[in-house]
Amino acid sequence: MIEILPFLKEIISAPGLSGHETPVRKIIAQAWKPLTDELRTSRLGSLYGLRRANRRTDKPAPSLLYAAHMDAIGLMVTEILEGQLRVTDIGGIDARVLPGQSVTVHGREDLPGIVVQPPPHLLPVENRDRPVPLEHLFVDTGYLPVDVERLVRVGDLVSFAQPPIEMDGGILAGHSLDNRASVAAVTACLQELVGRELAWDVWAVATSQEEETLGGALTSAFELRPSLAVAIDVTFGSSPGSPGHQTYPVGKGITLGWGPNIHPALHQAFKDLADRLEIPYKVDVMPRMSGTDAMGLQIAAEGIPTMVISIPLRYMHTPVEMVSMKDIQRAGRLLAEFAAQLDGTFLEKLVWEE
Amino acid sequence: MTENDEFVPGIEIEQLQLLERLCNACAVSGDEREVRTIVLEQVRPAADEVKVDALGNVLATRHGQGENRLRVMLAAHMDEVGFMLTNDEEDGIFRFDTVGGLDARQLAGKAVLVGKDHVPGVIGAKPIHLTTGDELKQTITLDTLRIDLGPGNSGKVKIGDRAVFATQFAHLGPSIRAKALDNRLGVASLIELVKHAPVNIDLLAAFTVQEEVGLRGAHVAAYALNPDVAIVLDSTPANDLPPYDAGEQGSENTRYNTRLGAGPAIYVADRSTLSDPRLIRHFVQTAEESGIPYQLRQPGGGGTDAGAIHKQREGIPSLSVSVPGRYAHSAAGLARLEDWQNTLKLVYAALTGLYSEILSVER
Repeated sequence: MIEILPFLKEIISAPGLSGHETPVRKIIAQAWKPLTDELRTSRLGSLYGLRRANRRTDKPAPSLLYAAHMDAIGLMVTEILEGQLRVTDIGGIDARVLPGQSVTVHGREDLPGIVVQPPPHLLPVENRDRPVPLEHLFVDTGYLPVDVERLVRVGDLVSFAQPPIEMDGGILAGHSLDNRASVAAVTACLQELVGRELAWDVWAVATSQEEETLGGALTSAFELRPSLAVAIDVTFGSSPGSPGHQTYPVGKGITLGWGPNIHPALHQAFKDLADRLEIPYKVDVMPRMSGTDAMGLQIAAEGIPTMVISIPLRYMHTPVEMVSMKDIQRAGRLLAEFAAQLDGTFLEKLVWEE
Repeated sequence: MTENDEFVPGIEIEQLQLLERLCNACAVSGDEREVRTIVLEQVRPAADEVKVDALGNVLATRHGQGENRLRVMLAAHMDEVGFMLTNDEEDGIFRFDTVGGLDARQLAGKAVLVGKDHVPGVIGAKPIHLTTGDELKQTITLDTLRIDLGPGNSGKVKIGDRAVFATQFAHLGPSIRAKALDNRLGVASLIELVKHAPVNIDLLAAFTVQEEVGLRGAHVAAYALNPDVAIVLDSTPANDLPPYDAGEQGSENTRYNTRLGAGPAIYVADRSTLSDPRLIRHFVQTAEESGIPYQLRQPGGGGTDAGAIHKQREGIPSLSVSVPGRYAHSAAGLARLEDWQNTLKLVYAALTGLYSEILSVER
């Protein structure tokens, strides 16, 4: 039995920037090992866990793919100047949240450091009393320049080091909750499916590279050829300064995506199920694109009916993202119940309205 | 306790652990209780007299021996910059104001600890996905920032509670990273000096309050202690990073204030104090004779408790000596252990050579 909160705290504390997911993948693999029948790593670094169908039918079982990206945003060293590191971002980061952040530089060894805003007189005139762009910030490791040169190289990764913050009422804050919160939800789903009868194969996939290339989702869906795919991701939580019409309250339920990345009949099926299970949800309107793995899943091979399920999260892409454990459990339960109720006829119902 | 004549000032595990406790303690100006508690615990066994005055300063005295001893005030401020909650907007969201000099550009995206119980909170920021290119070029102003204790917050904090950055003390190679190194470095040094006071002076230690909001603690402490001279122990910015256009054709950083690794910073002049030249000479001479590295802080802005102390009563000859530190008044400062050790060494050595004759020459 995996406790989801400690598991989530463990995976948000592990490095795993886009394209370099190995440290976090190892921890997820360990958790998924007893929950799956088959476990392997893809060529692009995604983790595939298969929960095999166990209900006897005369036809081969169709398969369902649950994708939660495990890669995290962070920084990468671009230059070393007098012992200070210049960095660029992996994934999109607002440089205005960076000064004063504790980080870990993954050099020849892991070095703790700080993202720092140089004093005004060392900056271009236009940045002295305005936000300092990423190109003028440094990462300071506290080492002497000679040791920095020895321990760090251009291209080394820099992870956020903000420790997980447990808050009252089952709230967790920290970095990389986008999208390890969804990895936790898929893990909760696998756990709920233990001992349950399944007519479909269920592929749990912790995808790589979502924040940069969507390469994990696209290639995973191609390789596994599921009949249906669901991207599980985070969505904008209601928070100070964020427009109310684009955000969803944290702790009050999950969201069901709606838009061109999403098959309308699949959306409807999830909605009906959530209603039946009395799982609170809101419809997350994504008029052009979902900004999730669904963009890759949907267009793999000859195309796959795809859905997006999201967990509201405050302060996305900052080191103090905030989610509700209750919402993660809700997402996990909905995913498990959806997988369990699939039968041989489901695909026939997945039709376009005439 | 070590006998005075055997004492060699040094930074060992005991001093480091104390500094760690001091840095992780929360003591925003006006509410220095947590640091005061540690200070009292540390100085009570060593000091001849200890009192907490009307403003919350800790005044600890160690009497020396011999004739014509100088009464030397040593001051280190206990308070740190931070925040105070000003409005409860419900759902765990609080508006806040800053206490002490904080740059609004250093606040977003940080974890904080609120109130007596250190309730964890965060200062969030709008997701970059919902932020326009124009907005990215504007400072996120204080009036739009909030401290968020989470929607499940059960009302453990209230308006008026103080908050600090949640950064925990860490070792970074030869350096340390912590919040409030300004001025827990000074507090830790002064605790060490109270424990190992040179016998040739009367050591009047003032662990002061409210330095960051107007040197209020030092003002009354200097009056009460009525010393012959005062030495202020603080931390001063090391603005010693390369300029953005560093390089062969680029500019040079000529306004570094102090440099990390160059030793204790002796003040000649800052915004509020013109240091006593006799004390400057004595400290410089001591450093040179003892082979302790030192640097003269570039004269200019800034200030310490000396600004209040030197104008108290009929005037008190004063000098500030600081441990250089980068990124003061932000979530995470950085200082070099070697500089702290050399500061402690220099101050100790200078005090052991400090006699009333120093005041026999006119300023």
